[in-house]
Amino acid sequence: MIMDYQLIWVLLIAVAVFAYVTLDGFDLGIGILFAVIKDPKKRGRMMNTVAPIWDGNETWLVLGGGGLYAAFPKAYSLLMTAFYIPVFAMLLALVFRGVAFEFRFKSQNHQKHWDFAFSAGSIIAAAMQGAMLGAFIEGISVENGRFVGGAMDWLSPFSIFCATAVVVGYALLGTGWLIMKMEGDFQGSLRRLAKPAVIWMAANLGVVSLMTTYVNPAYATRWFDMPNMLMLAPIPLITAALLFWLWHAVSHREKTVFGITLGIFFLSYLGFGITLYPNIVPPMITFREAAAPDNSLSFMLVGAAILLPVIFAYTAYAYWVFRGKVGDEGYH
Amino acid sequence: MHMLDAEILARIQFAFTISFHIIFPSFTIGLASFLFVLEALWLRTRDDAYLALYKFWVKIFALAFGMGVVSGIVMSYQFGTNWGPFSEFTGGVIGPLMAYEVLSAFFLEAGFLGIMLFGLNRVGPKLHFTATTMVAVGTLFSAFWILSANSWMQTPDGYMIENGRAVVTSWWDAIFNPSFPYRLVHMVLAAFLTTALVVGAVGAWHLLRDRQNRPARIMFSMAMWMAAIVAPIQIVAGDMHGLNTLEHQPAKVAAMEGHFDTQNGAPLILFGWPDMAAEETRYALEIPKLGSMILTHDWHGKITGLKDFAPEDRPNATIVFWTFRVMVGMGILMALLGVVSLFARLRKTLFSCVWLHRFALVMGPSGFVAILAGWFTTEIGRQPWVVYGVMRTSDAGSPIAPTAIAGSLIAFVIVYTIVFGVGTAYILRAMNHDPRHAHAPKDEVLRAGGRTVAAQNPPQAGE
Repeated sequence: MIMDYQLIWVLLIAVAVFAYVTLDGFDLGIGILFAVIKDPKKRGRMMNTVAPIWDGNETWLVLGGGGLYAAFPKAYSLLMTAFYIPVFAMLLALVFRGVAFEFRFKSQNHQKHWDFAFSAGSIIAAAMQGAMLGAFIEGISVENGRFVGGAMDWLSPFSIFCATAVVVGYALLGTGWLIMKMEGDFQGSLRRLAKPAVIWMAANLGVVSLMTTYVNPAYATRWFDMPNMLMLAPIPLITAALLFWLWHAVSHREKTVFGITLGIFFLSYLGFGITLYPNIVPPMITFREAAAPDNSLSFMLVGAAILLPVIFAYTAYAYWVFRGKVGDEGYH
Repeated sequence: MHMLDAEILARIQFAFTISFHIIFPSFTIGLASFLFVLEALWLRTRDDAYLALYKFWVKIFALAFGMGVVSGIVMSYQFGTNWGPFSEFTGGVIGPLMAYEVLSAFFLEAGFLGIMLFGLNRVGPKLHFTATTMVAVGTLFSAFWILSANSWMQTPDGYMIENGRAVVTSWWDAIFNPSFPYRLVHMVLAAFLTTALVVGAVGAWHLLRDRQNRPARIMFSMAMWMAAIVAPIQIVAGDMHGLNTLEHQPAKVAAMEGHFDTQNGAPLILFGWPDMAAEETRYALEIPKLGSMILTHDWHGKITGLKDFAPEDRPNATIVFWTFRVMVGMGILMALLGVVSLFARLRKTLFSCVWLHRFALVMGPSGFVAILAGWFTTEIGRQPWVVYGVMRTSDAGSPIAPTAIAGSLIAFVIVYTIVFGVGTAYILRAMNHDPRHAHAPKDEVLRAGGRTVAAQNPPQAGE
């Protein structure tokens, strides 16, 4: 049997990136929420809900980057060069946000500073991811396999809008996570916080979707030509339905808020993938042109096929160990 | 000229970020295994001194591990940002090795770290011990894959070049390339030794305050056993690694030894100043014929000098000569500490000999110094190649404006200095706490309140 390793790997990396976006998304969202929740005790509880798991969540980012390097080295090389500044800004922001988990509880007089580092680090990391998403959709200047654009090409009105959209989206994911983990008054104030965020997120999704079809005529063709339009219509329609459900759920439900938000992220991500397929460095380079040799892809697939299910199993176990409400005492 | 500036800046940036990074994993590789041993001893003996030591060191582990993770994520993206053409060329070889590292090591460590740090009361001692074991195993898997990748760049094997990129012909030969077994053993021993010296220094610090401190006695004794046993083994392993380098990268060894002329019966140059422009080692203090004896095991063996290599293929001997001597010097001091501790143990003064404790204390950072010096030696020594004999470093850099590289380099220097400086301060503070109080039942709550009430609560048995 001949396997299409290139297709398998582009899907696997898409899964890794989605796992990163949703998993680190909610714990970055908690950092973003620090901007509006100032009480040190509440902040401690918020941080404790993710302290045992954030490291595993962020490992998906390493798999996304490392996997891209391994499976599509040309795309990795071009994208990292084109996104030089936002990638480093994101990484440095993640340094601050990551060490804050430990430092916050170790510092006696500087807790406020590390709370700030946690919050600013989360916001900048999320914003840079959003900006890269926008710049990615707009496309990269490549000639003869080399990046020929400028260091600031990634910055545009569209990428800035995408940056805010991702910050809001992550904040909503974080809110959903916390509604599940918190009780009483604090849960109530989180619910009130979530209401406007749902509207904001809905508006962002609409604007980004429409602007995407405007950025490149090929994207519009993909969505609006027949029969694509009919076949793809369920994606925006179900997303809209989920947003209505979410609007209701934030006031009345405890666990579904997070789940519905994940669903909206999934459909948005699916739409994004459909828009760009088969390009891995838009607008020109397809994943097939960027792929590593087949024997590298098959060698890695053996490891991925064995290890990914094991990783899912023990990650699920770790989440299960730390399930349930988090009180003041925390783990720290 | 423009590209040269970008290349040097990118190299400085890589050297800076990876030098900061390597400090943490080399400490946590050893520390994870140490924690594994401590928890195993606690489970077997139920002696609370081991539990206290575990809790004392796991806090330090958490800090060091966190810093290793965040500085490591930077590394995984830096290949693409600064070394795009290198990534394209090697992606099919090194990429899969790193992918295996992520899948088999990073997830394992990250997945069980939370349980290791926060889960003892939730899962019970046995499952908790499993988590500690998984984290320790993960750190070793990680060392396996990343050293394989590095070794492939030093001694590439099992590949061919097709359409301007490296394609693997034998995974076995690529992974177990000629320098890999030596480098792996040398580095893992270095990590264990480094951790042992840190543990020994912390034990010595507390013994200098109170020689009756039982947890301090235990850790000091364990660390001194490690120094006495592992340091001599490491010297042998290092010698074998050196002979392997002589076989595959003779220019590197010539630079390490400060030999410019090829000669039979070459001297061992102890100290001197290798002058690249003049092609000679000035002010050389040397022992006749010993160089040949060490490297070829023959008094008249032939040693190739740097002049046998074209000037553009020579590594910088001035730097490599000295970094190598710093590493070897540290190794000798470590072995000396181990031997001295054996004598003290025989004379039953291990816990009372003040100058031994002071010696162990100043040796605390020596492992890090040796590791950095050793890596400088091997990495600068393989220049001007990024993939030895195949791809030059000057052909490996991304087309990035020097200003952008300089800007990111400055940002890294500032951020790393602040973040890792503060982190190191927190680690030192944690080391300064009395290990006897490490598992006072209230200490979890206390930290949130920011006061050290633990000192007023004597440690109690059990959880």
